[in-house]
Amino acid sequence: MSSTRQGRLGDWVFFNLTRFFALFVLLMLGGTVASLVHGAWPAIERFGWGFLWSGEWNPPMERFGALIPIYGTLATSLIALIIAVPVSFGIAIFLTEMAPVWLKRPLGIAIELLAGVPSIVYGMWGLLVFSPVFANYAQPMLAATLGKLPVIGELFSGPALGIGILSAGVVLAIMTIPFIASVMRDVFDVTPPMLKESAYGLGATTWEVVWHVVLPYTKVGVIGGVMLGLGRALGETMAVTFLIGNMNVFGGFSLFLPGNSIASALANEFAEADSPIYAASLIELGLILFFITFVVLSLSKLLLMQLSRQSGRET
Amino acid sequence: MNFPDFRNIVATTFVAALLPLSAQAADITGAGASFPAPIYGKWAEAYQKATGNKINYQSIGSGGGIKQIVAKTVDFGASDMPLKPEELDKQGLMQFPAVIGGEVLVYNLPGIKSGEIRLTGAVLADIFLGKIVKWNDKALAELNPKVALPDQAIAVVRRSDGSGTTFIFTNYLSKVSPEWKTKVGQGTAVQWPVGLGGKGNEGVAAFVTRIPGSLGYVEFAYAKQGKLSYTLLQNAAGNFPQPDDTAFKAAAVGADWTKSAFYEILTNEPGKDAWPITGATFILVPKVSDKPAQTLESLKFFEWAYKNGSKMATELDYVPLPDALVKLIHTSWGNIKDVSGKPVWTGK
Repeated sequence: MSSTRQGRLGDWVFFNLTRFFALFVLLMLGGTVASLVHGAWPAIERFGWGFLWSGEWNPPMERFGALIPIYGTLATSLIALIIAVPVSFGIAIFLTEMAPVWLKRPLGIAIELLAGVPSIVYGMWGLLVFSPVFANYAQPMLAATLGKLPVIGELFSGPALGIGILSAGVVLAIMTIPFIASVMRDVFDVTPPMLKESAYGLGATTWEVVWHVVLPYTKVGVIGGVMLGLGRALGETMAVTFLIGNMNVFGGFSLFLPGNSIASALANEFAEADSPIYAASLIELGLILFFITFVVLSLSKLLLMQLSRQSGRET
Repeated sequence: MNFPDFRNIVATTFVAALLPLSAQAADITGAGASFPAPIYGKWAEAYQKATGNKINYQSIGSGGGIKQIVAKTVDFGASDMPLKPEELDKQGLMQFPAVIGGEVLVYNLPGIKSGEIRLTGAVLADIFLGKIVKWNDKALAELNPKVALPDQAIAVVRRSDGSGTTFIFTNYLSKVSPEWKTKVGQGTAVQWPVGLGGKGNEGVAAFVTRIPGSLGYVEFAYAKQGKLSYTLLQNAAGNFPQPDDTAFKAAAVGADWTKSAFYEILTNEPGKDAWPITGATFILVPKVSDKPAQTLESLKFFEWAYKNGSKMATELDYVPLPDALVKLIHTSWGNIKDVSGKPVWTGK
């Protein structure tokens, strides 16, 4: 029967084609790592592990270290998540549980549109609109309230310029909210109505339904959404460049001070990096960012595995 | 150890992808510095109208321009920093200046008009070193007895991206301050002791417009177009010239261009009217050309631009080269040979 044979051939071709595509992704990943290591090798050889905790970035003297950009990358992303996760959670709950039907669609579309705005636009807006307002109103207010607390106060001290790690983190939060919120909304939407209605039928409040029914049912998707947002925050370049102040010297722990991030340093300095060791150091920064992203993804996978094992035990 | 340069590979691949677009006969491709890109673009447009020959200029940064001309993926490279003569020899290149520009210090102090504040090189270096932190510091007050300087912190603004502008500025500071020279040095990017980094001239200009008490350096055109207040700056002769075309040109006239290979950075030049932070931007071509026709076309373009492009340059706030310098450049072109040893340039 020729048609089955054809079908088998088709299956075989299809199987191998898809397998090739899948392996190709691995190949690309391996190639990226290999070329980064290769490009960074002069810097790895010269600075060794010290590259990771040296706070010096001095092109004319050819002494390079990654501590300041690593700190800036992690600090801005953390600030972004601290703000973006609760806000996105609120948006998603409102959209799925509380919004009147006529409002659901326009609001949902607006959030998806926000996710599509190019990051350079957020950068320009941040520099020209957000930063003056932030410097004149928000920063003095933060300094007068949180700035008075012991220990934490240190984070909110210093001159209010509207440019710095905190400003970059807040704009990053605004950029990641649409991502996290739209993923959360999508996964909240797939919670079976029967589960929710049963809980409501037992007299549960909206909050109880969300906390005890919707969230446990969707936690994998929620964590996935948060990780997507974190991924965007870690690698964001243009908006951060405009707002972080691009300072390669550590001035203190205040979040009002300018800093630098890995992606921003790369975008700023790669085109004019004139000596080979300078270029290699920048590529090593890229390698470190790759590694940070990898660790973050692995941690989230571990967390998910932990969660699924727990829920397996509960039921 | 000698690894192939990663950026080079990227740049080459990128240009290779663009090549089919520029493969026609009299098409010339150049790449490099972004500072002169607007005037090269304008010249190229007018040149095409006048002669029919097309010039493609890619504004990718001086570092990229040097890489590409070394890799011979373009017909000419452009750089804001001159290469040292030994570097030129090593890469088999020659260079000549194309146009001049100046940098000014811009500030944001409401109530103090443009040109009212005077600085010296030493004081400027101390501000950028973080040693002078207030506008009413004694050193500034002594220089400006008639100005009511506020008791306000100086917010230093500088470039965050690697840039020829920064190279010229830090070269000047290294010339006027031994401390700057040993502590920070000169380069397209340096380890700034203080200050906020803005991306590009427009980034620095935006920060200065926004932040009261700020002081930053930008190319003159940005100060003029953005209507920013700029300071006067003492030159090597002890005068305080107005930053304008005349002062920038005076720096170029005062320079000793007969030195080898046009290696000349026009900072702190001796002329009595010379603006102290001036710089030329340079063109790089191969000394021994394996594509003599292309090299000749590149030279013809710049010959045409020197002759007909001055007005266009002035309109965009660049300063055309002095005539004596153009003559020297024409002479230097005689040294460009093709592979068989024949001179490429047969003009005057």
